Parts: sequence; structure tokens; C-alpha cells
Amino acid sequence: MTSPSFTFPHRHLLGIEGLAPHEISGLLDLSDVYVEKNRSADRKSVALRGMTVINLFFENSTRTRTSFELAGKRLGADVINMQVAASSVAKGETLIDTAMTLNAMHIDVLVVRHADSGAVKLLSEKVNCAVINGGDGSHEHPTQALLDALTIRRRKGHLDGLTVAICGDVLHSRVARSNIYLLNTMGARVRLVAPRTLLPAQAERMGVEVFHDMVAGLRDVDIVMMLRLQNERMRGNVIPSIREYFHFFGLDYAKLRVAKPDALIMHPGPMNRGVEIDSDVADDVERSLIREQVEMGVAVRMACLELLTQNLSRGNS
Amino acid sequence: MSARPPGRVAYVNARLLDPASGLDARGALLTEGETIVEVGPGQLAGGLPADVEIIDCRGACLAPGLVDMRVQLREPGEEHKESLQSAGEAAVAGGVTSMVCLPNTHPVIDDVATVEFVARRARKIGLAKVYPYAAATKGLAGQELAEIGLLAEAGALAFTDGLKAIKNAQVMRRALSYAATFGLMIVQHPEEPSLADGGAMNEGEMASRLGLPGIPPAAEAIMLERDMRLVEITGGRYHAAHLSTAEGIDVVRRARERGLPVTADTAPPYFALNEFAVGDYRTFAKLSPPLRSEEDRQAVVAALKEGVIDAIASDHAPQDQDSKRLPFALAECGGVGLESLLAVTLELAHNGHLSLLQAIERLTWAPARLLGLPAGQLKAGAAADLVLFDPDRPWIIDPENFRSKSKNSPFDGRPVQGRVLRTVVDGRAVFVGDA
Repeated sequence: MTSPSFTFPHRHLLGIEGLAPHEISGLLDLSDVYVEKNRSADRKSVALRGMTVINLFFENSTRTRTSFELAGKRLGADVINMQVAASSVAKGETLIDTAMTLNAMHIDVLVVRHADSGAVKLLSEKVNCAVINGGDGSHEHPTQALLDALTIRRRKGHLDGLTVAICGDVLHSRVARSNIYLLNTMGARVRLVAPRTLLPAQAERMGVEVFHDMVAGLRDVDIVMMLRLQNERMRGNVIPSIREYFHFFGLDYAKLRVAKPDALIMHPGPMNRGVEIDSDVADDVERSLIREQVEMGVAVRMACLELLTQNLSRGNS
Repeated sequence: MSARPPGRVAYVNARLLDPASGLDARGALLTEGETIVEVGPGQLAGGLPADVEIIDCRGACLAPGLVDMRVQLREPGEEHKESLQSAGEAAVAGGVTSMVCLPNTHPVIDDVATVEFVARRARKIGLAKVYPYAAATKGLAGQELAEIGLLAEAGALAFTDGLKAIKNAQVMRRALSYAATFGLMIVQHPEEPSLADGGAMNEGEMASRLGLPGIPPAAEAIMLERDMRLVEITGGRYHAAHLSTAEGIDVVRRARERGLPVTADTAPPYFALNEFAVGDYRTFAKLSPPLRSEEDRQAVVAALKEGVIDAIASDHAPQDQDSKRLPFALAECGGVGLESLLAVTLELAHNGHLSLLQAIERLTWAPARLLGLPAGQLKAGAAADLVLFDPDRPWIIDPENFRSKSKNSPFDGRPVQGRVLRTVVDGRAVFVGDA
């Protein structure tokens, strides 16, 4: 890959919060290049030749891990997947011990997913390599927000001025937080639509408009981002039933009618069909970007890997 | 550190601070053996007697030794975090001459033998005096009352389930009622457990951004509201530990206005820090109750000034690295505080919220009075428990220099003013700082 003039001035990618607009644009520009390359016959490159990327996943994941694995391999890196059983990390010393162990092996990039907010940041303080946050608890999932932004930008041509409704389980969602930061930074208007029990405290202070009614919240929006209902993170009974949830907050054509006619639908996956999204809507080839999001994921992760490893080879110490 | 039995010591050229009598004047103090024999402005009345050791205080403040009414000493059971010896050293380095320890040790302080063990060990160590709280319920389980009367006879000062709220209303009612039989006090950790369950920090924008489950400030007020009703029907003596919220303070204020026998304390983190100290998942700032909003912090300062909060305790909670170097939600709560208690409290005086005498009162006479301890006064006949300090000397808090075994200070790196020069327990100098 021809080296772009843009350099990413951070050692790690731990979150979107704090990134400047030009840094996000730079990441997206390079991602665009990789989208085209991935669609061509010649997908392989050598940007990470000789480097080692470890996917360290303390939480189950198929798509994110596969996406990172593919991204690393297409750039010529050696990629190793480590799926650490959740039960064996109940004690956090393991987290630091694992980091120290891997650090001693001279790896270049560590992609980490962990069930606890802040765990990736903690780990990044103990290693010399670059760390990419592959999702930490309910905190951030930066590459997801970047791939969402890339998907939107390629369809709409820009991010600024768009109105984006993020709907559903915002309380537990790292995807929501990263998207709120990114879209705000890039000048989009963000709405949150959810029952009160699925919104974090003082959500309105995060630079968003808060709605508790889908029809009000979706009116005239450009993008509808649905979130997965994260039953596994809920403590106690947050909503009365799936049936009731879908009735009021599930996305179907009836609710979608108030959005702009060309409004597009996104979902970070994996979807709970019939819970937060109706299958017909999810599979609507005209409106749904869900499969495109997956494609963008690989390109965005290639861009992140390349830009972070450039810093490594420059010998930033 | 003199081991020989103390003779007569004269502290001259001191700024005497005695909150109990309102004394704040240049003067001198004479101790003989373990006791204060003379104290007053001006030179000692009869001139200096012969064979007296003279300590020239050079204008530094001489006050009653601090009475720290809420510490966790970790012995017995968790001596890798702190021991009675290391806590004793930390205490006297911080000017603390009496401390009252929580019963959350292993085993729990809920029987006479454990009360006596702690008292005996502390006496043998001979640094700060240690008084135990005993568990209000057996095993801190919140179900059956501990042997409150017998434990008090053995030396337990008051009764508490420590870090846990007594959550069952009937149990709390009986604890208050039964303790009142003997005129004893119940100390509550005022936090409704069902609202605090799983919470890692104060609920609000900061927790939302960090993706951490929050504990609403109302958890404090709700438990206090309930308890005030129980105090009302039992007439029991009630003390609310480490108040942290404006709403909670309001509940206590109204109860006191109604004449209920209710007192309260807070700890330096709650008037000197707010939730922003958590920053980027700093587990040293993970406390229980959690650090609150700036509005709450200001309410705590105002309540200290107003007197709704009587006392300041260190809330000393030693934690080792393994308990803190964890993802935030998994880390243990608490911070060490014995060695920063005086300096951080003096910020209230330096910032003009309290007079120097008032600040010292919150650390000495107020806790001694509400616990019924014979301490916290400069008075002829009282035990010679003293702290000599320079209220203005600047230093930077560096836990690596702490005597405490654990280094988990939420004040790490904070510039403060006010240094302990000498700590005296029963007439003996148990700590002498660098001149």
C-alpha cells in the first residue's frame, strides 16, 4: 500500500472519545482504499509483513474476531487467536498476567475484547505493543463506530448534518457510546430512542437528543441504528418481556415510515430477529446496510492496523 | 522514639489549639508521666520546673492527638494489607493518637475474645490507641444481633456492620432498640444495598461515559430516611458514617432539627475530591460510598461548616495491589487515609471554610465526644495524647513514603499543606518528624 500522508498520532486505539475529526477522517480515507482493494483480485498486501497480531478475546465473538483476523492476514501479518474462557478470568490478575506474558513475546498488535469497561485500557498500560480495543464492557467499541461511519459516508457522501437515531439497549452498549462520540465529533445529530430503563443516567449530557417513543425519535432521520438487546449484561429485570419490547421499540416498517424516505438501517450484529428488528426490515436490500457493515469492518480494521503499526516502525518510544 | 518512661516534658512556644475549651493562643503545656498537668497561654505559671525536658515548639500548633473514628486495620486476617503494627505507625505519623477500627476482620470482631485480642495487641504495640467497634450482627450477616452488652463490657465502643448497611429494617430496629438499653450507639453505612448492588461509581454522566454501572446518590438518602424512622420509634443512638451526598446530609439535618439522637461523619475524599478523580478508570478512586458529584462535595463542605456533619474520619481502607490492579468494576473499594487525614482536612482551613480550631475540632473533640472517649482535649488531668504540627508546611502526598503497608491513596500526588512534627501518646513521643 502506498503510504498515505496521514499519520495517526496515538499509540493505541482504545476509544473514539478524544479523537479529532481529522484523525477519524484519516482512518476512514485509508479504509476507503482498502474497501476497493478488498473488492479487487489482488487483496493481499505487505504492510504488516513480519509482524504479529494477537486477537485476545476474553468474551465470545465470531464476527469481530474473524474480521480482525482477516484484516491482519490480508496485510501479511501473522495472526494468532486467543479465546480465553470467561470463567478463568474471573480473577483480574489473569488479565495483567496474560498481558505481561504476551508482551514478553514481542508482538506488534494486541486486539483485545473484554467484558469489563476499562479492562483494555488497563492492559494497554502494561504492554509495549499497540493495543486496539475490540470492545470493553459497556464502554467503547471503536472499530465498530468507524465501520459504521465508513458505511454511512460511502452511502451518503458525508457525515455532517445527518440525523442518526440509535435505538434500543443504549445502557449496555459500547457500540452506542463509540457511535455517539464519533457522530458528534463529525457533526452529525444523534438521537437516542429507548425505554428509560435502557438509557444510561444523564444520557442527554452526552450531546444527544433523547426519545422514548420510536415514532417521535425516527421522524425525519437519515439513519436508523438498531442495537442488540444485551440480555447477558442485564442485572435483573430491565424490560417486562420481549413481546412488549418489540411492540414499542422493535423496528418494523410501520415505525420506519416516519423516517426520511431514503433512510438506511444499520445493526452491529448479531441480530435478535423479532426482538429489536423485524426480519423483513433487516433483509430489505434497499434499506438495510447490515451486510455492507460487515464488509466495511475488514477494511476499517486493516486501516487501523496499518496506521498503528506505522507508529511502531517509526520507533516511537 | 523514647522507650524510657516519660518524666516531665514542657512544650513551650506552642500555638495551643484546644477545641473543647475554644483555646487558640500562644502558650505552653506541661506533661508528667502519661498525663497533662498544666496547659495555658503565656509561659507556664510557676516558671519551668527543674529536671524537665523542654520541647521548643517554635510557634507550631499543639493540639490534642487526632481521634480517627473509622479505620480498617485488617488484623486479624489480612495482615498482608495492614497490621496493627503498620497501622499504628501510619497513625502516629499522621498525628492520630486514637483510632476506632471496624469489625470487618477475619474473624469478624463479633465476640469478646476478638475484641480483647485487638485491644491487647494494640496495647503491646504502644503506638496509637485502638478501640474496636464490634459487629452489630453476628458475622456481619445482618440477621442475628451480636452480644452487644457483653461486647461493650469487653471494650467495644459502638456497633456497626462496617462496610455493609444493616439492610433488614426489623434487624435495624432491634439493634437500635437493644443497644439503647445500654446507652450504646449504632453506626450505619448508609446505602440501600439493592440500589448499590453491582454499582462501581457514582451514577451520572461520568459513569455513563465510562460504561460503568452507577450507584445513585439516592441510595444514601433512602437508607437514612428509613433509619430516621427507626430512630424515632426506638430512641436509639444513631451515627451515619461517611456521608457523601447533599440529599443524605439533608435527611440528617432534618432529623437533628427534630431532635433525634443522630450524628454523622465524613472522610477527606468526600470533601476534597469528586467523581472526576476516577478519570480513566483509576481504581484508587474507587471508594464506598463512591466519590460523588461536585455539588455533593460542596454540600459536604457546607455540612462540615454548619455542624450537620460532626466529625471527619480517615476511612482508612488498605488494599494491596492485587485488589486494585483490576478492571474498575472488579477492584476493591477504599483508600488509605491515616497519613493524609490531617493535611487534607487542613485544606478546609486554608481555603477558609473552617477556622483552624474548627478543623481540628472535627478531628479530635467532636469524635471523642460522640463516642464518649476520654480523648481529644488539652486539659490538666487528661491523657497526654498530643500532636504538634506545622499547619503551613507544604508537601506532596506520595504513598511510597507511607508507613501503611498498602499504598492505595486517592490523594496520590496531591500537593497539601500541614505536616506532623511530633506525635505523643500517653506522654511518650511515638513519632518525631524531620524538623
